[in-house]
Amino acid sequence: MSELWYELEPFLQQGTLGLVNGAFYAILSLGLAVIFGMLNVVNFAHGAQFMLGAFVAWMLLNWAGIGYWGALVLAPLIVGLLGVVIERTMIARLYKLDHLYGLLLTFGLALIIEGTMRNAFGSSGLPYQVPEAFRIPPVDLGYMLMPAYRFWIVIVSLVVCFGTWYAIEKTKLGSYLRAAVERPQLVQAFGINVPLMMTATYGAGVALAAFAGVLAAPVYSVNPAMGANFIIIVFAVVVIGGMGSILGSIVTGYILGVIEGFTRVYYPEASATVVFVIMAIVLLVRPTGLFGRA
Amino acid sequence: MPRSQAIALALLVAFIAAAPFILFPVYVMKVLCFALYACAFNLLLGYAGLLSFGHAAYFGMGSYLSAHAAKIWGFTPELAILTGGLTATILGTAFGYLAIRRQGIYFAMITLALAQMVYFFCVQAPFTGGEDGIQAVPRGALLGVLDLAPDFTLYWVVAGLFLAGFLFLYRIVHSPFGQVLKAIRDNEARAISLGYRSDDYKLLAFVLSAAIAGIAGGTKAIVFQIATLTDVNWPMSGEAVLMTLLGGIGTMFGPVVGALIIVTLQAELAQFGAWVTVIQGVIFVGCVLAFRRGVIGELQQAIRRPL
Repeated sequence: MSELWYELEPFLQQGTLGLVNGAFYAILSLGLAVIFGMLNVVNFAHGAQFMLGAFVAWMLLNWAGIGYWGALVLAPLIVGLLGVVIERTMIARLYKLDHLYGLLLTFGLALIIEGTMRNAFGSSGLPYQVPEAFRIPPVDLGYMLMPAYRFWIVIVSLVVCFGTWYAIEKTKLGSYLRAAVERPQLVQAFGINVPLMMTATYGAGVALAAFAGVLAAPVYSVNPAMGANFIIIVFAVVVIGGMGSILGSIVTGYILGVIEGFTRVYYPEASATVVFVIMAIVLLVRPTGLFGRA
Repeated sequence: MPRSQAIALALLVAFIAAAPFILFPVYVMKVLCFALYACAFNLLLGYAGLLSFGHAAYFGMGSYLSAHAAKIWGFTPELAILTGGLTATILGTAFGYLAIRRQGIYFAMITLALAQMVYFFCVQAPFTGGEDGIQAVPRGALLGVLDLAPDFTLYWVVAGLFLAGFLFLYRIVHSPFGQVLKAIRDNEARAISLGYRSDDYKLLAFVLSAAIAGIAGGTKAIVFQIATLTDVNWPMSGEAVLMTLLGGIGTMFGPVVGALIIVTLQAELAQFGAWVTVIQGVIFVGCVLAFRRGVIGELQQAIRRPL
């Protein structure tokens, strides 16, 4: 027993730490899926907006003296508002065109945001302290001690993800949203303002990315490249899970984070690429994705 | 070849012939390498309707393998470039096979993710030299005879290679195979119902595109005598998209013009650092919102002749 435990322990530990990355994959792929479902646009700028969330948190702290908790509310609002402006002025013009144009436009936006931040702050990265409330002894999980802030990330991400899932699947507003995804014209004919819903959806999706950015700020250094690194992995996550299902994208996000953690034990060199390898395998075995509809 | 395209080709050849006497040969060679890269990309996006967001993988691996073959294995430059092209072909076959299983947006995301896997591989693999890249790649002697060290000599080889690649792509697009590709682009279900195996056509287009991108990357490695992580990272994939979009998706000469503009822009703005990224982003957004036909596309529309 003790020998088996000895084998199993690092596995469990890395898997649990993998949940931290998985939390970010889940929130980001959830946002992508929500935006794609409603707008039919793959938001390439999602990573840049995630990064922007982290930077806004840094700016709020260093320029306005607003700490972590304020940033957790304000940064998503600010970046989400920027998303609303982007949707109204640019993305809204593309709905009638091929989906690829939405991808190209948001790719351009990602370049603009990333380049601007690199000009303003350099590429080396800025420090963001772990908030006061989490400078406490690590949480004892029995098989490991988990730093309190990382524990918080996992918990809060679960709350946010399942909160979003609940809002979309179980509330009245969510039912309008799902109806508008299926039959926009019909829903519009019932007197529901579908364009406004699309704007709000994009804003909310972007705010979600910014929220993840604030969460990430104390863990990763705040730097202009952090978004690009994440978004490409999240694309792979989305291919694996399929964007058709909200719950699917959440679950896939966490699972892949955990698998990445496992890989760090057995074959650390592959931990950066394991998500892509899994994507390739899924494409071979089940081309529509794990939760995708054919 | 329609007269409009024949005239455009004559102008292109005249420009290539005159350019090294007016401009820096190395700068023109850079334009030609990227033009070939963008043309290869355009074969997919413009004529098969497939948006690959991962062409950096083929360009970059072509670049690395050519550099490695020339420096470590002592290959002559033409064999080194061939090695790079062959590597990209193999890679393109594997990735193309995976990517064509999904359509549209997913295709773009899959190609991007696979290319990023190649990037991470290159970061870790010892033969790439990590952050340093493969430096001081010898230009060697063509067929072991013609010394390519002088820029002026190398220029004509690169120019010939570019023209050969360009005409090859022209031939593909205007062959029966190319016609089927366009049919698949415009209405895949219909093409299938007519008895064409669309997956086979898409895969072959993908492999051809990857192969030529690899040759472009290999040539770039010989010209600049260096292969680095920049060649294989995602912004390089974005550049192929940008050049094609700006020049004109689905036009023969568009990617060449796009490459000329973007390479010139990068050279002029090099001193402003990250602003280059911002300006590229602005061009992307501007093109998508207001200039979707691109330079050559608009010209084509104005004269009502194919270019």
